[in-house]
Order: sequence, then C-alpha cells, then structure tokens
Amino acid sequence: MRPVIRRIHREVRRVPQEVSLVVNGVDRRVSVEPRRMLAELLRDDLGLTGTNLGCDTTQCGACTVLLDGRAVKSCSVLALQAEGSSVTTIEGLAEGGTLHPLQTAFAECHGLQCGFCTPGMILAAADLIARDPDPAPETVRHALEGNLCRCTGYHTIVDAVLAGAAAMRDDGAAR
Amino acid sequence: MIPAAFDYRRADGLDDVLAALATDAPVTLLAGGQSLLPLLKLRLAEVGTLLDIGRIPELHGVRVRDEGGIAIGATTTWNEILEDPLVAAHAPLLRQVVAGIGDVQVRNRGTIGGSVAHADPAADIVPALLALDATIALRSATSRRAGPADGFFRGPFETVRRSDELIVEIRIPALPAGAGGAWEAVSQPASGWSIAAAAAVLAVSDGRISHARVALGGAGECGVRAKAVEAALVDRPATPETLTAAASAATEGIAVQGDLHADAAYRTSVARVVVRRALEAARARAAG
Ligand SMILES: Cc1cc2nc3c(=O)[nH]c(=O)nc-3n(C[C@H](O)[C@H](O)[C@H](O)COP(=O)(O)OP(=O)(O)OC[C@H]3O[C@@H](n4cnc5c(N)ncnc54)[C@H](O)[C@@H]3O)c2cc1C
Ligand code: FES
Ligand code: FES
Repeated sequence: MRPVIRRIHREVRRVPQEVSLVVNGVDRRVSVEPRRMLAELLRDDLGLTGTNLGCDTTQCGACTVLLDGRAVKSCSVLALQAEGSSVTTIEGLAEGGTLHPLQTAFAECHGLQCGFCTPGMILAAADLIARDPDPAPETVRHALEGNLCRCTGYHTIVDAVLAGAAAMRDDGAAR
Repeated sequence: MIPAAFDYRRADGLDDVLAALATDAPVTLLAGGQSLLPLLKLRLAEVGTLLDIGRIPELHGVRVRDEGGIAIGATTTWNEILEDPLVAAHAPLLRQVVAGIGDVQVRNRGTIGGSVAHADPAADIVPALLALDATIALRSATSRRAGPADGFFRGPFETVRRSDELIVEIRIPALPAGAGGAWEAVSQPASGWSIAAAAAVLAVSDGRISHARVALGGAGECGVRAKAVEAALVDRPATPETLTAAASAATEGIAVQGDLHADAAYRTSVARVVVRRALEAARARAAG
C-alpha cells in the first residue's frame, strides 16, 4: 500500500487553473498553479508590490490585504480561494492623487520608519475602522496584534490609526 | 516558502464533499487554511488534492436548536462567531475564548470546525467545548453521528473522526439555570498560543455547587476535562476555600507536556493558577 500512496502524493500537479477576482475595483482573470498564494498573485502576476512579504508564515501581517472587506494574511490564502472575491491592496486606497486619510495620518504621526510593515498596518486598521469608526486606543492595539513592526515601537502607529479614524469620521460627516 | 505541488478543487455542495471523502484516494479538506496552509508551506505536510469546503451554505452560520442551545456550522469563522448575536446570548463563554484566538486576520479566516478537526493540544476552543458539554456532529456518505466533545479528542492532532467523515456542526446545549462560565489563559507572548488555559462552568444552589465542568488546554496531549477538580467541587459549599482546594488538583491524571517555552513543572503551576482564576470568575457569575 505504502509505495502507491507515495506515488500518488509525489505526482507533480502543476496544472494551472483560472481565477477571476476584483483587485482594487478592476476585474482580473489570472491563470495560477493551485499552490500559488494570494500574495504571489498580487505581487508577481499583477505587479502590485505594495503588499509585502515578511515572514511568509502567517506571523507578521506585512502581507495583510482586505478580502471582501476583511483583513487577511495574503501569504496564507490560496489565490484560488479568492475566486469571485474583491481584494483591496495598499495601491487601492488612494483616490487619484489624494492619499487615503489613514495614509496621511501615518505620514503625519510618524507611524512608519522603514515602511515595510505599513501597508499591512493600514489595511488591518481599515478593517477595524470599518467595524468600529471610533476605536479606543486599547482596541487599536488589540486589532493590530497580528501586525509586527521592527522600527517604530508601535506608539506612533496607534496615534496614526486614531488620527486616521478621526479624519475618516470627519470625511463621512462632511459628505 | 512554496508548498509541494497539489491539486485544488472547490466543493460543489455537501454531497460532493461526502462522496469525495468516501473514495479510495481521499481528498484533504481545506476550510480557513490557517492551520493547514502554514503546515504545507513549511513542508510539514504534503497533500494530493485540497477540497475547499469554505463556501458550502449548509456548513455555515449559527442557529438555535429546537432541543435548546445553539448549533455552529463547521465553517463559521472565529470572527463570525464573535459577531453573532445568538452566540452572545447563548454562549458568552465562547465569545470570551474566541476573542483571544490568534489575531484579527487569523480570526477572519480560521473556522471552528477546522480547529476541532486539527485538534492542536493548545487549541483554545477545545477546553471551552468540554466545559460547555458540546457535541460534535459528523457525517459521511453513509452515516451520521454526534458525540460529546469529551471523548472526541484523543491526543495531539488526533480525534475519533474517521477519514471519510466531515465535521458538520458543533452543538452547544443550554447551560443549567443560573450557571456562570469563565475562561482564563496564560499565553506565550510571541505566538499568543496558550501555555495553559482553563474553562469552567459552575452552578450553585443553596450555597452548594450543583454543577461543575472544568477543562484544561495547552497542558496535556490534548484538551481534557479536569475531572479531579470537578469531583472536588460538586456538592461542596461554594466558598473560596473549596475553589482553591479544587484548583490544586488541576493536572491530576493529566500527562503535562513540556516544551521550549514552558517545562512540565512550570506548566503544572500555571495550570493550577488558571483553573483557580477561572473557578473564581465562574463562581462570581453564577447565580446563588
Ligand atoms: C498566527 C496564528 C495564530 C494562531 N493562534 C491560535 C490561538 O491562539 N489559539 C487557537 O486555538 N488557535 C490558533 N491558531 C489556529 C487557528 O485557530 C486555525 O484557524 C484553526 O486551528 C484551524 O481552522 P481552519 O479553518 O483554518 O482549518 P484548516 O487549516 O483549513 O484545516 C485544519 C485541518 O482540519 C481539517 N478540517 C477542516 N475543516 C474540517 C471539517 N469540517 N471536517 C473535517 N476536517 C476538517 C483540514 O483537513 C485540516 O487537516 C492560530 C493560527 C495562526 C496562523
Ligand atoms: S508575510 Fe504573511 S504574515 Fe508575514
Ligand atoms: S516601520 Fe519598519 S517595520 Fe514598521
């Protein structure tokens, strides 16, 4: 029995499959190997390199994107699992030349140094603010638990998220 | 980190899953992928075909059962459980546990059925399900069965589920009237996984403990009921002394495991502490 099982498992399956998804509002159709991760589809197939790969093992959150509006670690979602879904990456936040309020807040509050963690931080924060438009500082810290930063020490990131949330509330009120 | 090549197929309904599990070359189920995909990427596992069960309506969502209590579909994600009003009303203990699992991103993808099937020794949901007297409902192409969570978990990453069976839902019965539940965990700070965690449900009548369910996660080879603690509680006066004395039996009959984060002796003391805290909090929430 055993050799047969080995053979079944060793047989290399590289037959690509088509995946259709909406990325930052644009319909995309891509042919991928089943083992391709969403992060690789975004970076390598679509050239959206704003989504960073840090640990590549679900630990650091650098690869966070919104999948149907919810923050996920795109290094641990298969590209094929995103069939029919809508994905938002950091490239999809600014409207034309105008930065998203969270992006402005990160710049103004010094919420980044090297910037490697920033796209993931901002998208995780966007998920939080969508559910809780006026979060307490403690809530922000809890919501960013899955996002590691090696530079800032986090305080300025929390400040940036609070400032970004306030700006988004003002924007909403102005509309 | 690139996993060994595999095939992928999205399941076309419940019958499709059950038929695929019944064949000689069984498929590996993919739910949220938050345990399985990291294992594949680290090449700790290799699979032939992944069958994606993430979008089957019958396996998803929370409902009230005619018999009382609630049923949670296997592919309901942690965050869906956290945001569900039925869970908040019927099983506040579950919400408390789920809020501490992983991080937002993991909770947006990871499912209760995946965690139960995976049976990590430190899976937080397991002690909660044991303390709540939950039932695991399974289906194969030819059979349906439902059994208590107590007895479902057999060891690290091992359950009584047969390879042709699918976990369809987790059933949480109504608690005894006036019962209070609590959850306490001490976690490894970097990973967030519990070094030891305890869930407790207590009911008190006429000043005596009338119902006690206490379970431990993280300490043993799998989540287990702390039956020695339960025995030291039932029919005794609901006093702090009773709770403290019972908690000292936290790991009695349990083979406590050590690892690089916590050796067995340290885990044993942490287990006693989390059990005592959980008992105190459950007592404070119980009526009477
Ligand atoms: C960074 C990180 C931190 C985490 N921290 C915690 C934590 O603190 N506490 C905790 O408890 N967990 C934690 N987890 C694990 C997390 O809860 C997983 O989501 C969960 O264990 C598995 O659920 P899943 O849906 O992702 O399963 P998958 O990864 O899709 O599947 C896991 C296994 O279960 C099988 N399976 C899935 N669904 C079914 C079904 N319905 N019937 C039969 N078999 C099935 C699969 O074939 C596979 O073998 C963490 C994970 C990560 C990545
Ligand atoms: S790269 Fe995905 S979590 Fe680190
Ligand atoms: S700014 Fe460098 S990792 Fe966060």
